[in-house]
Amino acid sequence: MLTPNSIPEEKVKLSNKQIIIKFLTNNMVTIMFIVLGLAGFFIAGMNPFLFLFDIVARMSRNSFLVLSLIIPVVAGMGLNFSIVLGAMAGQALLIFVTHWGITGLPGILLCIVLVTPLSMFLGYLTGKLFNKAKGQEMIAGLILAFFAQGIYELIFLQLVGGIIPMENRVLIMGQGIGVRTTVDLTDGLKYGLDWPGLSWGMPNLLRPTLPWTIIVGVIVLLVGYLAYILFFKGKRASMPKLISAAAVGGFLVYWSVNQIQTASMINMVRIPLLTWFVILALCLFIVFFSKTKLGQDMRSVGQDRHVAAVSGIQVDRVRVIAIMMSMVMASWGHIIFLQNMGAFSTYGSHEQIGLYSVAALLIGGATVTKATIGQALLGVFLFHTLFIVSPSAGRQLFGDAQVGEYFRVFVAYGVIGATLAMHAWRKLLQRKGELGV
Amino acid sequence: MKFDLLSIGKAFLANFGLARIIILAFFIFLCIMAVVFQLDVAELLTSSLVRIGMWGVLVLAMLPAIRSGIGPNFGVSLGILCGLIGALTALEMAFRLRETVQFSGGVLFLLAILISIPFAVITGVFYGWLLNRVKGSEMMIATYVGFSMVSIMKIAWLFLPYTSPEMAWPIGRGVRVQISLAGRGITRLLNNFLSFNIGDVVVPTGLLLFFALMCFLVWLFMRSKTGVAMHAAGDNPRFSEAAGINVNRSRMIGTTLSTVLGAIGILVYAQSYGFVQLYEGPMFMPFVAVAAVLIGGASVKKATITHVVIGTALFLGIQVVAIPVANAFTTEWASMGEISRKIIQNGVILYALTQAGGE
Repeated sequence: MLTPNSIPEEKVKLSNKQIIIKFLTNNMVTIMFIVLGLAGFFIAGMNPFLFLFDIVARMSRNSFLVLSLIIPVVAGMGLNFSIVLGAMAGQALLIFVTHWGITGLPGILLCIVLVTPLSMFLGYLTGKLFNKAKGQEMIAGLILAFFAQGIYELIFLQLVGGIIPMENRVLIMGQGIGVRTTVDLTDGLKYGLDWPGLSWGMPNLLRPTLPWTIIVGVIVLLVGYLAYILFFKGKRASMPKLISAAAVGGFLVYWSVNQIQTASMINMVRIPLLTWFVILALCLFIVFFSKTKLGQDMRSVGQDRHVAAVSGIQVDRVRVIAIMMSMVMASWGHIIFLQNMGAFSTYGSHEQIGLYSVAALLIGGATVTKATIGQALLGVFLFHTLFIVSPSAGRQLFGDAQVGEYFRVFVAYGVIGATLAMHAWRKLLQRKGELGV
Repeated sequence: MKFDLLSIGKAFLANFGLARIIILAFFIFLCIMAVVFQLDVAELLTSSLVRIGMWGVLVLAMLPAIRSGIGPNFGVSLGILCGLIGALTALEMAFRLRETVQFSGGVLFLLAILISIPFAVITGVFYGWLLNRVKGSEMMIATYVGFSMVSIMKIAWLFLPYTSPEMAWPIGRGVRVQISLAGRGITRLLNNFLSFNIGDVVVPTGLLLFFALMCFLVWLFMRSKTGVAMHAAGDNPRFSEAAGINVNRSRMIGTTLSTVLGAIGILVYAQSYGFVQLYEGPMFMPFVAVAAVLIGGASVKKATITHVVIGTALFLGIQVVAIPVANAFTTEWASMGEISRKIIQNGVILYALTQAGGE
């Protein structure tokens, strides 16, 4: 039996030219965005230091959200546009914790603890809904996000301050009902995770500069690898791989040491270490999870629901769990995002989360049926490069920054539309092939 | 056959659908509240009639799409964009030829329709071609094609060579966000045609007649050979294919017709509103039209003209009545009208998606 994902691999040896062509067609989107990003960078005449500042900040705050999309893709539910609900939950908790006046890292931790059951509940409901609309999960997720926006506005615009008591001159609008349209987290939860030492008078705690991060990172990797071989009897990597890794590591350390000795502006770029630990932990969790029984079940459900059901997997349950996990991650991701932004629009800052996260994932080379951690991180980097450079590139090319801003929004919608269309077309062709039409 | 109340009630529930009953009940509740709060009922009725006429053709655009099997046309914004191009081109022509001819409002309206139709037909054919390649995911892809085209047209509005002073910004690039139609004899052209009063209620006869005419034309088309074939193709593609109907062609015709109706629909909307809205304007309009036809009783697979008319009346009626009722209830609930629209509109679409029952 021929299922979409079990088409026999071609065993024919390909010539070099064919390999290159295959590589190019498989990675068309990513390559296009690398070219676009580079072109934009040079046209805009970006200052590389400013670019580095910006991209480090954007990657730290967006990666977690984009990573939250991976598990539903594996479970065959496509791109989870309903992460907007998770974002709403995270935002709701930020508002309440700000109201209670708990600041800094403890405040963020409280948010995380409290948002988890809420987003699990939302994920459970969403999963149930998706099970009733199988095959239409993406449009259902999109519409669900619009629907939830209505509920969210009902709660925070009309009920909070009235039926849900909350007295707070700063947060609540003048007439005593409804949260103000912007919430400022300064002197509160702002940078709670990025600069954990801020409220204890140690602003640079866990915030090493970029060169130091690289040096320590390379050393940790080296020690980790040696420990892996010596103490855990792990497999040794092949010689060419080892040499190239050593060369890259050596160069990075050499460059970093050089930078530290000069008064270069690179030394001003600081890495929010705790945030990156959290992102790294999520990556490790996703890798680990895919090896568990549940993770394997999810993969089988993603490949073919009917085959999975026949082999005794509770398909609907697995799908609900996938959405619940994604929803919890999205709520955490949005908290990470907002604590870095430092202020947010109460009724708008979550609306575009689905769009931009999905677009970033797809730009990294993911599809509706396949997404990896590497694609997610590469996608965030490329998408946000485009975001940074397009307004100034637009001004340079057309004398109008507006053009660049419209362009990047078009890119987000366009890349999603094009990927979805390609995927649906391929699926249709495969189905036709199966039926022998 | 039993005729007890319970089984009749159950049959009614199954036929009519829970979501629709809730919405109908909500509408009746709003109407009662409007009377209780002593709101100006004539005023409410007048603006309801106008809103129904304004949106009617756009909602009607869903019909050929659903009938031909592509489902509710979430990408009707493509048609809307064609209509906007027609409107702007007609206004520009009037401006450039102002020395030689003066267009009356009626001519301008017809001209806008005539210009937009070829654009809509070409767009519709391409769009139908695309949708034939993505069977099973039409709704999602239509949505994103719509979003993409609206956002690429945002760039186009900056560059298209419209020079009429009412349209172009005096300094800077591109056309205005909102173009006023005042002073051209086109504002409320249809609304005022043969309009009369019943008590204090103003009936926008021309607007409603135009909607009725469009419904009649679509009804006529559905009874033609092509229309019947299209319905069959949408209903049961495999059987129709075996019976010798070109399913892909039927779907393409349905999509094209829907796009053309979208173009005409936005022109009717704009003349009643008095402004042409560009940029973000058409982005979320399709969802209103989709929700309206679903509220009327359509599903993602079945729709009739009755569904279109009932749905438009019910959904737009709620929108008109909800805001003043909420305001009369308490001034703190000023946003309730907009919030209830969001919840109802998207709740109904979600309900229809779950009823469609998977692949």
